[in-house]
Amino acid sequence: MPTATCRCGETIVDDRWEKLDEIIEKHRAKQGALIPILHEAQELFGCLSEDVQLKVAHALGISPAEVYGVATFYSFFTLKPRGKHKIAVCLGTACYVRGASELVRALKEELGVEVNGTTKDGRFTLEVVRCLGACGLAPVMMIGDNVYGRVKPEKIPEILKEYQ
Amino acid sequence: MGVLYRAHVLVCGGAGCVSSGCRAVQEALKSELAKQGLDKEIKVVETGCMGSCDLGPVMVVYPEGVFYRKVRPEDARDIVQEHLLKGRPVERLLYHTSQREIIQQMEDIDFFAKQRKVVLRNCGIIDPEDITEYIARDGYEALARVLTEMTPEEVIDVVKKSGLRGRGGAGFPTGLKWEFCAKATGRPKYVVCNADEGDPGAFMDRSVLEGDPHSVIEAMAIAGRAIGSNQGFVYVRAEYPLAIQRLKHAIAQAYDYGLLGKDIFGTGFDFDLEIRVGAGAFVCGEETALLASIEGKRGMPRPRPPFPANEGLWGKPTLINNVETYANIPPIILNGWEWFAGIGTEKSKGTKVFALAGKIANTGLVEVPMGTTLREIVYDIGGGILGGKKFKAAQTGGPSGGCIPAEHLDTPMEYDTLVKLGAMMGSGGLIVMDEGTCMVDIAKFFLQFTQDESCGKCIPCREGTRAMLDILTRITEGRGREGDIELLEHLGTTIKDTALCGLGQTAPNPVLSTIRYFRHEYEAHIREKRCPAGVCAALVHYEILQDKCKRCGLCRRSCPVDAIEETTEAELVAAGVGAAGADMQAAGASQGAISQPASSPKRKPLFINQERCIKCGVCMRECRFQAINRC
Repeated sequence: MPTATCRCGETIVDDRWEKLDEIIEKHRAKQGALIPILHEAQELFGCLSEDVQLKVAHALGISPAEVYGVATFYSFFTLKPRGKHKIAVCLGTACYVRGASELVRALKEELGVEVNGTTKDGRFTLEVVRCLGACGLAPVMMIGDNVYGRVKPEKIPEILKEYQ
Repeated sequence: MGVLYRAHVLVCGGAGCVSSGCRAVQEALKSELAKQGLDKEIKVVETGCMGSCDLGPVMVVYPEGVFYRKVRPEDARDIVQEHLLKGRPVERLLYHTSQREIIQQMEDIDFFAKQRKVVLRNCGIIDPEDITEYIARDGYEALARVLTEMTPEEVIDVVKKSGLRGRGGAGFPTGLKWEFCAKATGRPKYVVCNADEGDPGAFMDRSVLEGDPHSVIEAMAIAGRAIGSNQGFVYVRAEYPLAIQRLKHAIAQAYDYGLLGKDIFGTGFDFDLEIRVGAGAFVCGEETALLASIEGKRGMPRPRPPFPANEGLWGKPTLINNVETYANIPPIILNGWEWFAGIGTEKSKGTKVFALAGKIANTGLVEVPMGTTLREIVYDIGGGILGGKKFKAAQTGGPSGGCIPAEHLDTPMEYDTLVKLGAMMGSGGLIVMDEGTCMVDIAKFFLQFTQDESCGKCIPCREGTRAMLDILTRITEGRGREGDIELLEHLGTTIKDTALCGLGQTAPNPVLSTIRYFRHEYEAHIREKRCPAGVCAALVHYEILQDKCKRCGLCRRSCPVDAIEETTEAELVAAGVGAAGADMQAAGASQGAISQPASSPKRKPLFINQERCIKCGVCMRECRFQAINRC
């Protein structure tokens, strides 16, 4: 059982590993279980660290290289922790034609990070995504699960304030 | 039996309206109804996408069929008190045409009137989370008929004769695919639904899954019976959380009703259905890559043959169709192949759903018979170009497709004519571009996309698209060379001929098609270092039109790099004020003298230091007097 030491000196037990065991058990019998397991593991830990990948590989009896291969192939999986709120700017065609690149520029300026970067306070991660399928409202961005349509660059500071 | 209601308020719960705030509107309506004691008489239903996304949040009040658009939570009171209590529709929320004419009924609005709904027959009409509403609209009757009255051969025969072709893009005859799969010898067999709708600008599959998930479930069970399979998988992209949630819910309900699982309708036919969620790889829309992904591997395509119909999931025969294709199946079974074959053109039967987006007045989902012209879609249904600008081209088929320029506006939209024009039907994304769109920039955009999404397995796609992107980048940055266009054409045709899968084979299409119709734009970028549409940042510059400038200084304060500086009248004259813009020259010439600045002479004139300017465009957006020109 992996443990961690708290700053106050006490040893705390991380119960997420037990939950990971449960996730693996739930999917184990399925064919092609790896991707569903990685989805849930990422939701649990926030990212797929080396430890998580090793654990999944051992549990499924496949090589860590195979798990790493899958985890790095798909853009949804991340090996590094992300910010508390994920900002995803849609760069689909409709949004692009209606000025989504201006949004990305404004967000970079406002947050002081590059695309795929996380702000120093760990609050936001800026990402660009392929079509979110809300083309009628282009340009579109998502913060967490909230969708913002017809966003103007000037509105960005106001929108970000909702997440302070 | 449930309670009977005297009126229904259908609130669109498509992804577009959810983003516009329809959930708050629903809540407000429900609480207002409760306050008036009408909650037992009037039912609020959240439906799937009604299609008119730019008017959202939208709703329809039945039995009258009154259509309201852009409804805010604070409008709930008037809708309840005026309309539902007193029977007077709330005029300010009704639809207005561009001629200011007020239209009450949904079916009288051009956007809806000119459509023919087969695939979207239930979207926006039923509650997608209630299976009984689907059943009330003849849902699962086709499955019952298939299981109790028809042999698998008869089912395949109906699908073949209907002329239905795959709606995922390539247009392969669906019935033939089913037949190949039925004849394949391996066991078990699988039925797969490709719901990895990755083309940017396409959202029809999302709307079907969100608005009418049972139509896909029913069709997959029918397909299972036809080819002899008892297990289905729906592969949905992770970017569609609402679609996944509604589909999950629908599958659970279908199990509860015995419409999935063991011994369906007591016929001994078993069919299980499972969702697999993608993880953000565009290439997984390619069928062999999709199968690899379901198997839990990296989503990389493999050469065909063997085709999935013979060797698919885990090496077993697998039928793959996309969402829209499946959604056509139940009505074909119920109404007969003759009915379906009677819609559309000789070689493209039925209807097609298009996702209208880009610089068009009415964005949203439309379903029209195959063979409808692009002009009808863009102007009659789409309401023309945004802001009355000129139509330049429509892009179909996303990163695999091409563009259709204005001279082909009267082209019927069907598989084969589009291929002849160098475009393709694709999944149905239709992005409209106006004169402010740079075609070289668009080609670069698509190539960036495919380059980024290339899985890297085959060299033509991995290296070839990179080489093409490098060339396009230098053209848009003003470093284009003589011969670049020819090189792009050469690379493009080679990649088309040699890439492993559909992604690579179609990746050059946007470039080749824009070269075909807009070669002069490429030439202007290369030879004159000019972007005619004024999009490519390296080739444009901003100027202050002195005759319009009030010298208020707003631009100067908003410029992030202090590129806007003060100057003197004398310097301005010395620099030749005329260079400040053609508009001003024309104005000056017509008055026979250099026009006077409109501002107070006390303030100094402003100009943009071109060396410092980063071309962000903030000054132009901030200016209240349109005194900044981009050229």
